Amino acid sequence: MSTLRLIRQKLFATPLDAVITLVLAFLLWRALVPLVDWMLLDATFRGASRADCVGDGACWVFVKARFGQFMYGLYPVTERWRVDLAGAILVVSGALLAWKALPYRRALAIAALIVLPPLGIWLLAGGFGLRPVETREWGGLTLTIFISLYAALIAIPLGILLALGRQSRLPIIRMLSIIFIEFWRGVPIVAVIFLASILLPLIMPAGIGIDRLARAVIGLGLVIAAYMAEAVRGGLQALPEGQHEAATALGLGYWRATGLIVLPQAIRIALPAMTNEFIALIKNTTLVLIVSILDLLGIAQAALADPNWVGMNKEAYAFAGLLYWLGCFGLSRVGLAMERSQAKNEKR
Amino acid sequence: MDSGLAGLRPRPGMTHMFSFLYQKKFRDLFWQAFVLIGVLGLLAFFVINASRNMREAGIASGFDFLWRTAGIEIPFVLTNYTAQSDNWSLLFVGIVNTLLITFVSVIAATVLGFVIGIARLSTNWLLSRLAGAYVEAVRNIPLLFFVLFWYFGVIAALPGPRQSIGIFGVAFLNNRGLIIPLPNYPSPFGKAVLAILAALVVQFVFAAWARRRRDRTGKDAPVWAVGTLLLGILPVIALTLATMSTSWDVPALRGFNYRGGFVLVPEFVALFAALTTYTAAFIAEIVRGGILAVPKGQLEAAAAVGLRPSQTLRLVVIPQALRVMIPPMTSQYLNVLKNSSFGAAIAYPELVSVFMGSALNNTGQAIEIIAITLSVYLAIGLCVSALMNWYNARMALVTR
Repeated sequence: MSTLRLIRQKLFATPLDAVITLVLAFLLWRALVPLVDWMLLDATFRGASRADCVGDGACWVFVKARFGQFMYGLYPVTERWRVDLAGAILVVSGALLAWKALPYRRALAIAALIVLPPLGIWLLAGGFGLRPVETREWGGLTLTIFISLYAALIAIPLGILLALGRQSRLPIIRMLSIIFIEFWRGVPIVAVIFLASILLPLIMPAGIGIDRLARAVIGLGLVIAAYMAEAVRGGLQALPEGQHEAATALGLGYWRATGLIVLPQAIRIALPAMTNEFIALIKNTTLVLIVSILDLLGIAQAALADPNWVGMNKEAYAFAGLLYWLGCFGLSRVGLAMERSQAKNEKR
Repeated sequence: MDSGLAGLRPRPGMTHMFSFLYQKKFRDLFWQAFVLIGVLGLLAFFVINASRNMREAGIASGFDFLWRTAGIEIPFVLTNYTAQSDNWSLLFVGIVNTLLITFVSVIAATVLGFVIGIARLSTNWLLSRLAGAYVEAVRNIPLLFFVLFWYFGVIAALPGPRQSIGIFGVAFLNNRGLIIPLPNYPSPFGKAVLAILAALVVQFVFAAWARRRRDRTGKDAPVWAVGTLLLGILPVIALTLATMSTSWDVPALRGFNYRGGFVLVPEFVALFAALTTYTAAFIAEIVRGGILAVPKGQLEAAAAVGLRPSQTLRLVVIPQALRVMIPPMTSQYLNVLKNSSFGAAIAYPELVSVFMGSALNNTGQAIEIIAITLSVYLAIGLCVSALMNWYNARMALVTR
């Protein structure tokens, strides 16, 4: 009985509501039924080639056949274990560091930050005993994650420094930070990727070549640093002035007061906003497509040109879109959870 | 700031020679000079390298290239640009195309965003859930995905010209774009626009007069009724009259393609659809946040002093919600401007793709072209921010 009343209250409260509900339900039905038919009921899951897809539904055989490319790009098949290993190290160390009771957690986190990034590059690029794999051959989801992480590695420290600079009482440092932040926030990221790929080789001394992929990562890192700086500034501004004053009163200098008292609290406040910037970064990694670097979206786009798999647009976009959505939506939930636990802590 | 000089802590018996090292003024000056010299040094390093690299590669410098022939064919031009025009005209084409796509996308995204944002606050469970699902689905997928999806997945899959999808029999959508009717040249639309502008001015003057009179005498004037008449009904009449008395160049199928009208290229249609649907999700969240930010007590107070629901909305909710919404809306509009450069991925001839892409390839003058392109974005961004700040300040004053 109460369910019926709830339905009436939530869906049929007024005649207008009833009309809206019925129209929407009809439209939803008309949209969902063909979608489910296409994705699941009429879809082909078994087989190995285009010829196996005879139904009207999606041809998931295509995704299955190209799964390796979607994940690894053109990375040599015999060397793919290196990508897997790098991914495994990332997941395991991430999970370990997320565990709050880990002994020596702080020291281990610092060690991981120093050791892991070069280790990842070594595993992927090779050299020193591993077969070298040029960045031209990297691609797919691997590359999306690689670019996101390494651009964040540039963006987060630089962003924190810029945020501190913008809040500094020294006018020249404040001005320089503002110019840097507002410049990068004012120009399109597409233009920055172009700019990085053209300008970076030009401004380096002759003989120092910068890898194509590295240029894109540096370009993205610089822009996202400006956005990160604004996120961190939000945290710095939310912190009561008294915190810094109290630290100074205890005799701490600027760097120790900032590093031990101000930043840890400010970053905790800014973490949800920084997570949002990281999601924006993941979405913007797709732009490397315009300098012909094939990340997940790029490899999906490239797969459309395969003569053996003509007309697989819907499948390719559906698969790539779903992966992006899962990643970004998952991260946004993490950000939300952080925000909630903060609100709870504040109440106590 | 003491870490670098920690070894020089003052000790009893130390000479006065170095005491200035502990003065705040000196340290502030020192660190600022240090950073400034570092930044300038880095810049100088880049400039020296660039000039040497360019000399060695034989790349010209200077802005002479702007007056040379561009020699680039552009498929979507609103100005009188041809391939024989100079690079200035090419730059102008890029700016016009960027502003065009930004303008139409901003308007469409604002309308769609308001509808979705308000739908999300609806008491109707199905409506609010659907709006929420839209927002969560769109916000977590890259914009480039939507651009490619609309271009390669939707527009390219449309039927050819002979099976076009007609829109009220005057516009036609097919895989070669959207063909819309155009008014033939001597059209009365200019007069209609003038009439609307005049009505706008009259309304402003009338509203200002009514406000002053109310402050002085306490008498109310029917500002809203007059406003509806002047700005709601009059423009409709003017535009209808203008439309009816115009001779339209309506596209019509001749053989295998459409003649007449104006062709909005597939790149334009795809970029417009992608920017609109993507930005609408963000605007919807801003609208929802703005309305939720009005405290419930405000509504109760409005009811208590006897305001009708429409008055409550107009006088209490909207002014306060707008004040919250304006700053994030500004940044969304600027995002649309910047995101219009995603057109480069599908060769819509906007600023980045025609200037940083084509013109740069032709002339090789990377530094000049990049500087010009970025300055255009920064200048437009500054103008919009200034305008919005002015509006924001006004809103804040009016409501406080």
